[in-house]
Amino acid sequence: MSDVLVLRAQHRRSKLGRQFVSVGLVVPLFLFLVLTLGVPIAGTFWRAIDDSDVVHALPRTIDALRIWDGQSLPDESVYRLLAVDLQGARENETLALAARRLNYDIAGFRSLLFATARRLPGVAKESSFKDVMIQLDPAWGDLKHWGAIKNATGPVSLFFLLSAIDMKMNADGTTSMRSKEDSVFLQLFGRTFFISFVVTVICLLLGFPLSYFLTTIPARLAYPMLVLVLVPFWTSLLVRTAAWVVLLQNNGVVNSVLHDLQLTQEPLALIYNRVGVYIAMTHILLPYFVLPLYSVMRNISPVYSRAAASLGATPLRTFLKVYLPQCAPGISAGCLLVFAIAIGFYVTPALVGGADDQMISYYIAFYTNTSANWGLACALSVWLLIATVLLFWTYSRLLNVVPGNIP
Amino acid sequence: MILKMSKAALLLVAVAGLSSTASARDLTVVAWGGPVQIAQSTAQFKPFSETTKIPLKEVSWEGGMGILRAKVQSGQADWDVVQVESDELAIGCEENLYEKLDVSRLGGKDIYIPESVSPCGIGSLLYNFVLGYDSARLQTEPTGWVDFFDLKKFPGKRGLRSGPKLTLEIALLGDGVPAKDIYKVLGTEVGVARAFKKLDTIKPMIIWWQTGQKPVELLASNEVAMSGIYNGRITAANKAGKKFKMIWKDSMFTWDSWVILKGSPNKDAAYKLLDFMGNAERQAQQLRLMANGTSNKQAVSLVSKDIAAELPSAPENHSGAFEVNAAFWLDNLDKLNERFTKWAAQ
Repeated sequence: MSDVLVLRAQHRRSKLGRQFVSVGLVVPLFLFLVLTLGVPIAGTFWRAIDDSDVVHALPRTIDALRIWDGQSLPDESVYRLLAVDLQGARENETLALAARRLNYDIAGFRSLLFATARRLPGVAKESSFKDVMIQLDPAWGDLKHWGAIKNATGPVSLFFLLSAIDMKMNADGTTSMRSKEDSVFLQLFGRTFFISFVVTVICLLLGFPLSYFLTTIPARLAYPMLVLVLVPFWTSLLVRTAAWVVLLQNNGVVNSVLHDLQLTQEPLALIYNRVGVYIAMTHILLPYFVLPLYSVMRNISPVYSRAAASLGATPLRTFLKVYLPQCAPGISAGCLLVFAIAIGFYVTPALVGGADDQMISYYIAFYTNTSANWGLACALSVWLLIATVLLFWTYSRLLNVVPGNIP
Repeated sequence: MILKMSKAALLLVAVAGLSSTASARDLTVVAWGGPVQIAQSTAQFKPFSETTKIPLKEVSWEGGMGILRAKVQSGQADWDVVQVESDELAIGCEENLYEKLDVSRLGGKDIYIPESVSPCGIGSLLYNFVLGYDSARLQTEPTGWVDFFDLKKFPGKRGLRSGPKLTLEIALLGDGVPAKDIYKVLGTEVGVARAFKKLDTIKPMIIWWQTGQKPVELLASNEVAMSGIYNGRITAANKAGKKFKMIWKDSMFTWDSWVILKGSPNKDAAYKLLDFMGNAERQAQQLRLMANGTSNKQAVSLVSKDIAAELPSAPENHSGAFEVNAAFWLDNLDKLNERFTKWAAQ
């Protein structure tokens, strides 16, 4: 009996030792992923809720507004505190960031803050700051502006996350949808998913026959053909997109050929519109669909199709009931891959699309680089990430419900 | 064997680490790229390196406040002297991203055109956004922005810069608003609606571009009949054999400026570079290579008459033009950009 115990202990020790070694081998990769993926994504999430610009610049005002009810204008004391804060912020140069942050809420707030800060030194200490400031600009008598300052209390807030899905925070703390004129992002998300969906379908319709063809030809032809599929894959994305401009423009190759063959009189509008975006994106994403599908199809034994035929099934029935279900993992892998990559596309629609074909990444880039509104850029990225994760999760749930049985 | 390899690897890493910290950074100047930067390089950057023996690294960029903010705030900025647009100048100065400029080290503010001097920057380029067209392809020539919106008299597509900036001004000019009232009208809700309504009349015929060279390509390949375009691109294309023309009246001008990023380790060398570039004769040399105005008052008088005629600073060109209002766009760019996005999607 003790032999068994000793053996068991030895077995457990050696097993632990092996596990330790295998975990140890993975640790560098894990650290790499944490540093290059985890930390930046966490940073993005943080920036989407970080809202400390105003509280740094106008601390006394923020403090005083905590007890403000939002129903009527604040008292004279709050106006005085704001004046003190504006002076201080101008001196220690924190005013610019607060001005930008408030300008995101109400356009024009930026110049309001700067103009007010510039004119305040001339105001006598005994006068009513409330009257003076409302005189300087009637916006200081508007509840909306004070509400905007209160909403920017921070140090964290939902302002950017709400703006990214066309919602806003009201002065009394509730949330509501923005007016139709101010709403644009839900539409952009919708457009992004729609374009990606259409591109996925086109890749499916084009990629499936191509993969099937690759499995039917002899091996010595299959490898060169596979290289043909991969060569565009290895070319720079920017070069490929620029090449499409040359091909599809009014005097481009396609239109010239069609014109010379007398097939068209007027040049076809193939670029700077949705058609150009679909063509270029499909060209770039097709290898991502073909490769996983081909690898699955290659491993499908022809035995099953022959068996079905020998049992009397028509070719169509064989294809639908025997072959297609076996391809399902390849198809779903290819579709998921294409869709996930398509959602993040930026350069291609920017170069070959029109103004209404730009996808969400274009606007994330706009807010990151041009407008420097990092809060909104990160908030849009966060929502895109959440939407993608939800889609994948739903899809995997659907796959689990039907575990690949042949009915 | 493994021990030997890991020892060698460690040594390599240590040496690499040491060498990277030991080298100091060369003075780095950043401009817009393309033919304009080539002209600046020939007239200014290369002569600077040759004369002062200070090594100068040239980089290009496309603009974007976020990039400058990221560089300065990370403390790892690898740029020193950067060319920025007027709104980037204003924002960066407010956010303390640039060094405050001491103009007395650059020859004193009297030698420069007054609008080119600012607390954080010194003017680098003066240029106009004009109506451009290919005179070889159009039988009748347009006379102004009103003709830009006349699809019957001038059939063909139109090129415009993607975004509300410059586009909305053009729409109001095409609708007959005089240049001096543009920003007043654009500041009202009614004015913005009017601008978009005017753009609706040619919307299907507009091709939107983003980079400065694109309208040249669109005009050259006859993709568009007329386009908003920067004046320097027209002059450069004509030097290459094209017959493009532009309309100076009601064009929009703006100053790009040189700034020194805050915390630059090459501040003294940067000042030397800016001082070098402020010299009238060297700016005249730059004017001979590209048609953008420069900051030194004397530079225009040193070039020949026909070169001066292509310059934004020539009196006959400058008198009809108006300045892009940077303060207006600072307040309204985000809001109007969202409006523009919505409008484009309809």
